[in-house]
Amino acid sequence: MTAPEVAGLAPELAGAKEGQGQAPIASASERFTAYDVAAFEVPGGREENWRFTPMRRMRGLHDGSAALDGTVKVEVTAGDGVTVETVGRDDARIGEGGTPADRVAAAAWSAFREATLVTLSGTPAPVTVAVTGPGEGASAAGHLQLRTAPHAEATVVVEQRGSGVLADNLEVVLGDGSRLHLVVTEEWADDAVHVSAQHFALGRDATLRVTSVALGGDLVRISPTVAYRGPGGDAELAGLGFADAGQHLEQRLLVDHSVPHCTSNVLYKNALQGAKGVPDARTVWVGDVLIRAAAEDTQTFELNRNLVLTEHARADSVPNLEIETGEIAGAGHASATGRFDDEQLFYLQSRGIPEDVARRLVVRGFFGEVLSRITLPELRERLEAAVEAELAVNAN
Amino acid sequence: MSTLEIKGLHVSVATDDGPKEILKGVDLTVRAGETHAIMGPNGSGKSTLAYAVAGHPKYEVTSGSVTLDGEDVLGMTVDERARAGLFLAMQYPVEVPGVSMANFLRSAATAVRGEAPKLRTWVKEVKDAMGALDIDPAFADRSVNEGFSGGEKKRHEVLQLALLKPRIAVLDETDSGLDVDALRVVSEGVNRFKAEGDVGVLLITHYTRILNHIRPDVVHVFAGGRVVESGGPELADELEKNGYVRFTGGKAEAAV
Ligand SMILES: Nc1ncnc2c1ncn2[C@@H]1O[C@H](COP(=O)(O)OP(=O)(O)O)[C@@H](O)[C@H]1O
Ligand SMILES: [Mg+2]
Repeated sequence: MTAPEVAGLAPELAGAKEGQGQAPIASASERFTAYDVAAFEVPGGREENWRFTPMRRMRGLHDGSAALDGTVKVEVTAGDGVTVETVGRDDARIGEGGTPADRVAAAAWSAFREATLVTLSGTPAPVTVAVTGPGEGASAAGHLQLRTAPHAEATVVVEQRGSGVLADNLEVVLGDGSRLHLVVTEEWADDAVHVSAQHFALGRDATLRVTSVALGGDLVRISPTVAYRGPGGDAELAGLGFADAGQHLEQRLLVDHSVPHCTSNVLYKNALQGAKGVPDARTVWVGDVLIRAAAEDTQTFELNRNLVLTEHARADSVPNLEIETGEIAGAGHASATGRFDDEQLFYLQSRGIPEDVARRLVVRGFFGEVLSRITLPELRERLEAAVEAELAVNAN
Repeated sequence: MSTLEIKGLHVSVATDDGPKEILKGVDLTVRAGETHAIMGPNGSGKSTLAYAVAGHPKYEVTSGSVTLDGEDVLGMTVDERARAGLFLAMQYPVEVPGVSMANFLRSAATAVRGEAPKLRTWVKEVKDAMGALDIDPAFADRSVNEGFSGGEKKRHEVLQLALLKPRIAVLDETDSGLDVDALRVVSEGVNRFKAEGDVGVLLITHYTRILNHIRPDVVHVFAGGRVVESGGPELADELEKNGYVRFTGGKAEAAV
């Protein structure tokens, strides 16, 4: 098979940069990855993996014009069983989680000055990692790695707030038989741009439970990749996004089943609430699940639901399941985007419930399936309240 | 003592070919203490009347008036109408995924009563009301109407009636699709509601069999978007025998 020509590339590089061109790559398994930003062509916006992203609002993260010289603050609150280190890119453990698959992730990898490395052993108390953006007008590169020792059982909450532009990589390396509950929040100020690659690597019989909550920011684009390093891995990725007027929230997932007897379960729900006179409220969900020939007895399901609350909103949903073996236990996907149902609203109101309360009930119900997975009650309540505050923003 | 007064009501529904007039001048007065039955063939506009009174956005009132104790109902939002004391048990109750019945009932009671009911008495109140309608308590944790059978939905409509205690209740084919036992349970629920308060009931039905359980004071025959005849319970007996033929200009449709 000959690689498609990529505009502006030396012919000898065209093959290496396969997948960066405008034509969709034939398979997610051919995705190009590299640590070095120079290995990636500057995307113009029409490439398959950038076509939904408003490049004009990327603040130069994609073309090298973002300075990435700001500082992102990372504060870890942890007790026994948790080691927190600050390491350089030469640390042998950096990169164990995965390799950048797009130019912004590689730019962050090439630019970060120090990485925060959190190692979890035994059954530590819940750990909080507070990430604060570099501030309005500044841009920064970040790097965080979470590691679980074999058979550890841990809960980590990564809370991301503040202003500015952040490109980063989050590596999560799960030791054999370990369990990690991870909550990642995007609670940015209105100006913030966050483009993040998440690399999940599951050891043998490891269990990963992720809940992502995307609320704030001008443009937030998160690309999680799940890789299995041994049989018996079990990954569940749940996420919610609430896109207000003018907000762009993008989730691009790749679950790469390359070994036998693993399971994956993906559930993402977005609500959109736009307004006249500003760019549409936008969500993009791309869910690639790849079951390679060796990945026998794979069990996978992915689901995306989008609830369009108002006019001036657009949700894109692109599920994609590639199966290269006949020996799977089960695979499926579903995707649906619906308007806020006026019949539901009428029914609730006909029982005396005011319109704003009725909308809150429905949206809370819609997200309940995702938020109920958060096992820390205070955090769950805080995020429920944050979702309701979003709903109230331009309800009038 | 409450009075629902409907005068000269004309209602259109938005269709793909533009507005279509369905109600063509409905006059009807229901007072507290009274039970009125509206009977009519399918498509005669009975549900349209119920929805228009409740304020469904698809139905446009082009002329006429609806008042509750002299207050203009048509000027109220849907939820204001409910808080003013109107209730509509729907022919096709709506499923609301993700919202539990318990949460829904409490939100509705809070809105209608003007304050959140005290938790301890509320739990007992709901439990008793569910018990009286033979509803399994497990339904409290299920999403509103989601996956309920037709009969289960109707029982939950009457459960809401019992808890929200409106002044005037409109029941749209609450009897349709019920087996004999369910019909008895639901009818008893309506009769309890009626007996416990100074309330009026407007019972819309296609069949006469529910009138063996709920005795109407007045029976109205509805055809072509209007009340074409009103009388006592004996009118229902005539419909049982002869159907709607006399009122639909020859199109035979039995009311059994
Ligand atoms: N939402 C609607 N869109 C189009 N036509 C409607 C709608 N609702 C009712 N109609 C029409 O109005 C007429 C009366 O309907 P309905 O009020 O449901 O009658 P009934 O309850 O007596 O069976 C029917 O011809 C029906 O097709
Ligand atoms: Mg009807």
